[in-house]
Amino acid sequence: MASSDPIIRFDDVTKVFRRPDGRGDFVAVDRLSFAIKPGEIVAVLGKTGCGKSTMFNLVAGLIEPTSGKVSVVGRDPFGEFNFFRGKIGIVFQGDRLMPWRNALDNVRLGLEILHTDRKRAEDTARGWLTRLGLAGHENDYPHALSGGMRQRVSISRAFAVDPQILLCDEPFSALDEMTARDLRSEFIRLVRQNGKTAVFITHSINEAMQVGDRVLVFHQPARIALEAKLGDAAAARHAIEKDILAVLGEAQ
Amino acid sequence: MKLAPRSTRALQATASIGLLALAWQIASLFFPHFLFPPVPDIVVRTVDILISGPLLIEVLATALRIFAGLTGAFLLGGLLALLIARSRMLENYLTPMLIFLQGIPALSWVVIAIIWFHGVEFRIFFIMVLTTLPAFTFQILDAIRSMSKDLFEMTMSFRPSRWTLFRVLILPTIVPGILTAWKVNLGNAARVVVVAELVGATGGVGYQLLRQQQLFDMAGAIAWTLQLVIFVLAVQQTIVMVENWLLRYRPVAERAM
Repeated sequence: MASSDPIIRFDDVTKVFRRPDGRGDFVAVDRLSFAIKPGEIVAVLGKTGCGKSTMFNLVAGLIEPTSGKVSVVGRDPFGEFNFFRGKIGIVFQGDRLMPWRNALDNVRLGLEILHTDRKRAEDTARGWLTRLGLAGHENDYPHALSGGMRQRVSISRAFAVDPQILLCDEPFSALDEMTARDLRSEFIRLVRQNGKTAVFITHSINEAMQVGDRVLVFHQPARIALEAKLGDAAAARHAIEKDILAVLGEAQ
Repeated sequence: MKLAPRSTRALQATASIGLLALAWQIASLFFPHFLFPPVPDIVVRTVDILISGPLLIEVLATALRIFAGLTGAFLLGGLLALLIARSRMLENYLTPMLIFLQGIPALSWVVIAIIWFHGVEFRIFFIMVLTTLPAFTFQILDAIRSMSKDLFEMTMSFRPSRWTLFRVLILPTIVPGILTAWKVNLGNAARVVVVAELVGATGGVGYQLLRQQQLFDMAGAIAWTLQLVIFVLAVQQTIVMVENWLLRYRPVAERAM
């Protein structure tokens, strides 16, 4: 794979789910095509139920496309599930910390699964906790941490395995605005500093504009209604914001 | 002066047992001693068993039988629970069988074991396993099924091997269920082992109870029963200590429900 080749690619991908009550099928993703280059941060924006999380699970290899092709670093994330061990890091909507593990052990989880040497894993986990301002909280259990601190642990856990790709599913939506803003800035800095590719799902236009190099706006069932590259010029960003509002307004 | 919650609980438990002993002692003043022997007599007989080597061995034999039976049922039940959790087909076959087993009284298993097997120890092991197996299986299965889907997805995102998934997620998730299963089944096992020994053994607490009945010795019967009660309480307390240590991550609400 050449360095300029897309790191994530969707070619005409459709995902259909059978309704649990047996009343027919439900199209969650409909002939979706897009590509993401290495080092890019792409914000995926859309309303609840528009298929953002299905797209996310397809990239993560947790579900299989009904038709079309998903490729991540040129391979099939579902079919070659184990190839992606340590290559994809995920920051979920909730912190998803294991309540029986303290902060350090939660961050160490991915490294433990990758069979990293115990001492090295502990040093790495400790380093990430320190970087995210949690030095001194290594031995605290999740219930003793605030929501913002728990999400910091969760971000540390995703970064600790040094993945090529970071998938983030509305990671700051459960936090208060101040904490979310701080963490968002911290997150962008870490992604850029470490040369990661990130897919950042959000339903907030502001967040998408702040985080992404590029924004994909989804329409239900997940189809791209708008794709825009976000530059630095304020006027251009304002125009894009207006376009996004128009698209989401139409969707409504 | 306000006592620590643990001391308060210990005092309340002692007072409760004290009241029971007092009621028995009062009854002994009004009824013949072969029906209600005085509490001091029972205490002396209980201590006699504990400090006499051969009699203590009888108690230990029963304790070992309970442990062996529960361990067998726990291992087999855990395996069955894992298999049922993994396969819908196995669930459809095994669940009706386990429900059927659950409906068979312990005494029926005793009769069946006596007819089927010659060796006393294997008989008792068989009875213990069969009577506690369904409860262990269902309790562990429930614990597996209550596993958080969110944590499962999060762990799977790191692509663990099956064994690692079991070690880092499934086992810690089911530990509270396992401990509860042990606590519940311990009481059941203590009751079943006595019946099994009473009918099909030549040693142990059950056999000794049979002897006290033949001698019409109520103080002896109570003293042997107390051995089993003391054993169950000691093991329960040990399980609670293990539980407190393993589940120390759980937050404790200051206000009681």
